[in-house]
Amino acid sequence: MSLWFWVLAAVVAAYAIKVSGYLLPRRLLDRPVVVRLATGLTVGLLASLTILNTVGKGQGIVLDSRMLALGTAAVALWLKAPYLVVVLVGAASAGLGRLAGLP
Amino acid sequence: MRLPLTPATRMGLSIAAAVGVYGVSFGALSIGSGLSVLQTCVLSLVMFTGGSQFAFIGVVGGGGTGAAAWAAATLLGVRNGVYAVSLKTLIEPPAALVPLMAHLTIDESTATATAQADHDERVRGFWAAGVGIYVLWNASTLVGALAGDAIGDPRRWGLDGAAVAAFLGLLWPRLTGRDPVALAVVSALVTVMVLPVVPPGIPVLVAAAATALWWTWQHRRGARG
Repeated sequence: MSLWFWVLAAVVAAYAIKVSGYLLPRRLLDRPVVVRLATGLTVGLLASLTILNTVGKGQGIVLDSRMLALGTAAVALWLKAPYLVVVLVGAASAGLGRLAGLP
Repeated sequence: MRLPLTPATRMGLSIAAAVGVYGVSFGALSIGSGLSVLQTCVLSLVMFTGGSQFAFIGVVGGGGTGAAAWAAATLLGVRNGVYAVSLKTLIEPPAALVPLMAHLTIDESTATATAQADHDERVRGFWAAGVGIYVLWNASTLVGALAGDAIGDPRRWGLDGAAVAAFLGLLWPRLTGRDPVALAVVSALVTVMVLPVVPPGIPVLVAAAATALWWTWQHRRGARG
C-alpha cells in the first residue's frame, strides 16, 4: 500500500471525526458526565501534549533546551504575558540554550 | 465579515501567529521524514490538525508503516471529536457552517473559544484562531517544505521550544484551582511513564483517557458525598 493511500485515509478519518462531533444528537450531549469528561480530557490532553513536546523524542525521553522553554514560558504566563510573547520567550529560550552549547 | 479587535480576536490572532511559525518546522520535518512536498501540503490543507500531522510524519520518519502512521494520527485526532461536541454546545452553529467549522475544529480554535466568557466572544475567538491558523499554517508549511533541508535543524531556531510554550499557554488558563492542576500533573506523569513503552502518538491518548476517567469518577463521588 503506497504512502499516498495512508495520507488520504488519514485526512479523511481526521475530518470524519471532527464532523461526527457536530452530528451527534443533542440529547447525548446535554449530560453532566459528558461535560465533565470533555473538561477532563481537554486538561489531560493539553498537559500531556505539553510534557510530550518538552521531553519526548520518538519513543523515548530526552532532557534538553526544551526544558528551558517550559520554565521560561511558565514564568511569562505567571507574569500574565500575552500569548505571543509566551511563545516567543519559549522559542528564544530553546534557541539561546542551544547557542550556549546545551543539547 | 467585520472582525472587531476584541480580547477574543486578539487571543485568536496571537495564537495564529505563534502556531503559524511552527508550520515551517512541520513542513521541513515532513520532507525530512520522506513525504513529498504535495503530501506535506495535503496534510496541512485537509487533515489540518497539528498533533495528528506530527504524529503521522513522526511514525513514517521513525520507520513505521503507513498503517501505523494512520492509526497514530487518527487516534490523536479523536480529541477533535470531543472538541466538536463541546463547541456545538457552546456556540450552537447554524447547520450550513458545520462543514467549515468542523474543518477548523482543532486544539487552538477550541481553546480560544472556550476561554471566552460570552457567546459572541466565543464565536469571534473560534473564527479568528481557526481561519488565522489555517492561512498561516498552510503558508508556513509550504515555505518549510520547499526550504526543506536548506533550513537546517529547526531546533536551532528554538521552534520546538515555541511548541512547548504554545501548549503550556493553552493549558494555563484551564488551571483554575487545585483540581485541574492535579489532573494536569497526573496526566504529565502518566505521559512520561508510558512514553518509552508504547508507540509514538499513543502516550497522549493513554494519559488523557486515564486522567479524564479519573476526573469524571472523582467528581461523581464528590457530587454524591
